[in-house]
Amino acid sequence: METSCHSPRQYPPKPGNAYLFATCLVDQFAPEAGLDTVRLLEREGIVVHFPPDQTCCGQPAYTSGYPDEARAVARRQLDLFPEPWPVVVPSGSCAAMMRHHYPKLFADDAALLAKARELSQRVFELTEFLVHVAGFKHSDSGQPCTIALHTSCHARREMGSHETSATLLAGLAKVRVEQQARSEECCGFGGTFSIREPDISAAIVSDKVDSLCATGAERVVSADCGCLFNILGRAAKLDQIAGRKTPTLPGEHIASFLWRRTSGKQA
Amino acid sequence: MSQMAMPDPASAFRQRSRSAVDDSAQRQNFRSAMDYLQAKRRTQFPDEQELVGLRDLGEAIRRYSLANLPRLLEQLEQNLTANGIRVHWAENAEEANAIALAIARRVEARRIVKGKSMVSEEIGFNHAMQAAGIEALESDMGEYIVQLAGETPSHIIMPAIHKTKQAIAALFVEKIPGVEYTEDVDALIQIGRRVLRRKFAEADIGLSGVNFAVAETGTLCLVENEGNGRMCTTVPRVHIAVTGIEKVVEKLEHVPPLFSLLTRSATGQAVTTYLNLISHPRQPGEKDGPEEVHLILIDNGRSQAYADAQLRTTLQCIRCGACMNHCPVYARIGGHAYGTTYPGPIGAIVSPHMLGLAATYPLAFASTLCHACVEVCPVRIPITDLLIRLRNEAQAQPGTVNASLRGSGAARTALVSAIWNAWALIYSRLGLYCLTSWFMSRGRALSPIEQGAWTRSRTPLTPAPRRLRDLLKDRRP
Repeated sequence: METSCHSPRQYPPKPGNAYLFATCLVDQFAPEAGLDTVRLLEREGIVVHFPPDQTCCGQPAYTSGYPDEARAVARRQLDLFPEPWPVVVPSGSCAAMMRHHYPKLFADDAALLAKARELSQRVFELTEFLVHVAGFKHSDSGQPCTIALHTSCHARREMGSHETSATLLAGLAKVRVEQQARSEECCGFGGTFSIREPDISAAIVSDKVDSLCATGAERVVSADCGCLFNILGRAAKLDQIAGRKTPTLPGEHIASFLWRRTSGKQA
Repeated sequence: MSQMAMPDPASAFRQRSRSAVDDSAQRQNFRSAMDYLQAKRRTQFPDEQELVGLRDLGEAIRRYSLANLPRLLEQLEQNLTANGIRVHWAENAEEANAIALAIARRVEARRIVKGKSMVSEEIGFNHAMQAAGIEALESDMGEYIVQLAGETPSHIIMPAIHKTKQAIAALFVEKIPGVEYTEDVDALIQIGRRVLRRKFAEADIGLSGVNFAVAETGTLCLVENEGNGRMCTTVPRVHIAVTGIEKVVEKLEHVPPLFSLLTRSATGQAVTTYLNLISHPRQPGEKDGPEEVHLILIDNGRSQAYADAQLRTTLQCIRCGACMNHCPVYARIGGHAYGTTYPGPIGAIVSPHMLGLAATYPLAFASTLCHACVEVCPVRIPITDLLIRLRNEAQAQPGTVNASLRGSGAARTALVSAIWNAWALIYSRLGLYCLTSWFMSRGRALSPIEQGAWTRSRTPLTPAPRRLRDLLKDRRP
């Protein structure tokens, strides 16, 4: 049986150790989000292991129609997590790739398939892990603010972790989460779709920026860097065109937002 | 490179989708129509558990039908024949049209009135009839409008969804003699109905599609709202039904769950106004009904999908259109930009079998893989997995195991293959990855301002000064 996107998941008790699969986008473009993920997990008393050989889950090639190339990269990641610890991924999309698509990718190789299946059982999206495994309970020490939450399509429709993102934000007493129109709609990123079909992608992300801005929220948070870069990049481009110096729609990864609000470090 | 000025399918698709995206009035039309249809569907499925159960049943029925397709088709033919309905088999569009034309010539038909049928669109039925000097008139209101305008349907359930009432009002004034301009939708419908009412009486042949063909009883089920389907299948002296070979189900009891999923998913209706069950031509002593009923069963590429266990799931489709109603791409570009009879996610997965991948591969890439279609598909077609499969096929090296379809490899280019090769090399070898990403971080000031298509609508992506792996190294004692 493949892992199902529909049946409710059984969660293990809080472990003493966990692996971090940070994703290539976080490693290269948003390392702070990775660091904040480590901080959030360590605060729960979990020792975080970052296998230094990790690169990318392979999704870019997998969804672009290059399965052999996707396999070559994904297969390297299969060997990185020998201990039976949970693998925490600060991205719904990359987590879904490892949890739901690795078994499909390695379907033709019994040994790798067994490995992929075993791994897929212990891959968790960060907010899912914080809520259901780590039992995240920390109080908000920040100033009152309003935000909007964008949940990636793979978080929502493959991991179900849109709900855990919302749960974590709802637990922050001074944060008001504004609801945008069509919150369930895609932001138009779609990996290489954004460069393969730039006009359609631009149309979708422009509408997304409009609905986020219409909420009046001070910032947008998301558990997925792909969507976040797409949305923030579009918003910044619109600011640039209009000659605005301060960003209309700033944003950050939910790990950074949660850490800032609950660590007492800053507002 | 070709010397011809013909644009390749990918550029042609991009051109069409660009014009669609730039047409803000039409985009607004589609947006509000999609919002409306999504909301209507939601009201039909208030109980999540009931929906899960019904989808389980619908998926099981369709999978069962496909698993037994050859047997069920034979059984269908036997029982239809026993009921007096003549069955014809067509390999492709040309054969299907030739069969219909032969019937029309034999009964000396001059006019055909049509109920809504996407299969008739798929085979270019109207053109084939017109070329032979036979009038083929659409009687579904949306189809009638589209035909009057010389267009094609932009949606499989709501063919004229791209048109505003103002555009329809102007069209009626231009094309129908003696019509006054009105934007009153009810009045517009009355105008259309007046024209059509006469046509039903004058037609020699009524053409319809089929939603479900029941093998055990030899019954053709036709789902509709306007009553024009019933008129087409009862008033003219000959009724020709056209459908794809995948529409068969075994038992009559398989119809209600599929019917319920269809109407609730498509238009958010608990039931449609009409559900026609057609089992035979006019019987002795009956006062109405056609003297002849024909069914043309069309393959047109479906057996290519059928032959592959994964691609076979494409044929589970009951043509509700929910996938397009929920697709962020369809909502932005509308149906015509796809350039195929079936648009949206279902169009992207079914058209390659009908027209070949060489002509249709851009559609497989016209998706963000957001899974909205998968979430609403009433019979659980794994649409995104099929899109990925078609992307693989489109770029497969000819002659390899990955290339198994008509047109496989058509989208493969040396440049893109080389890029993914290099990508795989870098990301599967840690040393190379570390070197590349280290250079990207150190050289971030040199990051290009122009990053191709990305920066046309977004600011450039800039690597962080230090990678996470560097920050973590510093942090640890």
